[in-house]
Amino acid sequence: MQQLFNFFIKNKTFVLFLLLFSCGLTLTIQSNEYHRSKFINSANQISGSVYGAFHSLSQYFHLKKENEILLKENSRLKTLVFSEEKLRSIDTVLEKKYAVQPSLVYKNSFALPNNYLTLNKGQKDSIKEDYGVITSNGIVGIIDAVSSNYSRVLSILNTNSRVNVKLKKTNYFGILSWDGKSPDVVQLKDIQDLVKLAVGDTIVTSGYSSTFPPNIPVGSILSYALNETEDLYIIEVKLFNDMKNLEHVYIIKNTAINELKALNILDE
Amino acid sequence: MNNTVLNTVLRFIGLVLLQVIICSNINFLGYLNPYIYIIFIFLYPISNNRLLFIFLSFLLGLSVDLFLDSGGVHATASVAITYVRPLFLKFSFGAAYEYQAIKFSNTTFSQRLIYFIALIVIHHALLFSLVIFDQNEALLIIKQTFYSSIFTLIICLLLTSLFSKKEL
Repeated sequence: MQQLFNFFIKNKTFVLFLLLFSCGLTLTIQSNEYHRSKFINSANQISGSVYGAFHSLSQYFHLKKENEILLKENSRLKTLVFSEEKLRSIDTVLEKKYAVQPSLVYKNSFALPNNYLTLNKGQKDSIKEDYGVITSNGIVGIIDAVSSNYSRVLSILNTNSRVNVKLKKTNYFGILSWDGKSPDVVQLKDIQDLVKLAVGDTIVTSGYSSTFPPNIPVGSILSYALNETEDLYIIEVKLFNDMKNLEHVYIIKNTAINELKALNILDE
Repeated sequence: MNNTVLNTVLRFIGLVLLQVIICSNINFLGYLNPYIYIIFIFLYPISNNRLLFIFLSFLLGLSVDLFLDSGGVHATASVAITYVRPLFLKFSFGAAYEYQAIKFSNTTFSQRLIYFIALIVIHHALLFSLVIFDQNEALLIIKQTFYSSIFTLIICLLLTSLFSKKEL
């Protein structure tokens, strides 16, 4: 025992190095697994307030462009309202399934294989995990960690990201993932080789998961090829969103998410 | 003595903020960022408590990780270069280091250059192998390490010469 202690005291630098090095490695490996990377995340008071302080400075640089985007969005929605005939649903319980919460992007990254965003809304604004995040152009990602004032978004530009999407024309659905290369292009897998595809076809969310409502635009087909076994397509999808410039986003609150979860538990 | 402690703390906070607010958002050519927070490790006093130094560098890396949502990659890479630093101090500054008599402001440019390059390359190689974390992408790791190292080196040299206290 004495010798063991002596050994540690003699090599204390090396022991501490090894300890901290393996700590870092553990954190790194955990961050590569989906839903296990929550220990160290930017949705906390310290980094949130620092990002917030600097964001209040830098947001002025984008004002003009953001205004244009909002105007465009407004006019699109106005057109929808004016041309919509008054259709009231019979059951008012079903009417309001989704609520939308506007939010600001405090931090965005797109150059790494695993990218995350930090938003300025948290538990106080009743944000929960697994809520979807979109812009007026298309989807951004899914909330994966929440603190009282801030939340973190698993971007679709993350190799762990999986989103259920479908072809708008034919309703065939598959899974959207990212290979970590270009921030403009994501991959759609699991579409069968029988399906007719064309470059430029629109991809939208399927609505099969509780995160995103159906028919939110995602992107258009850039190119497609069969996989090695030649039974499924690997489709390169050009995103409608410019993931490099995100400022205002919307968080989609699914008010029925607890009900759905409860049903799923009952099923099992 | 007190002055050194204050200096170290300010440098720590300043470099982390500079890294996460500005340097990680440059994205030169789409993906290149300098990692300047390791200047803290380069310029840490040479006569030091090594245990404290290793712990501080872990904390440094971890705070950068906290902001950038990168797990523990920066913490790991920082601890590694802190541990091997004495080796490269001896290699680049030679006998002067043995007497613990050097100050960074008294060294020649080429000595500092070698010292910086060695530590930056080790740090970046480890960093990018952990960030990319895929053995099939070895070429990408080497490419990223190479270009980012050059970027970091330039910014580090500029920053250190900008803030150096050389008596005229």
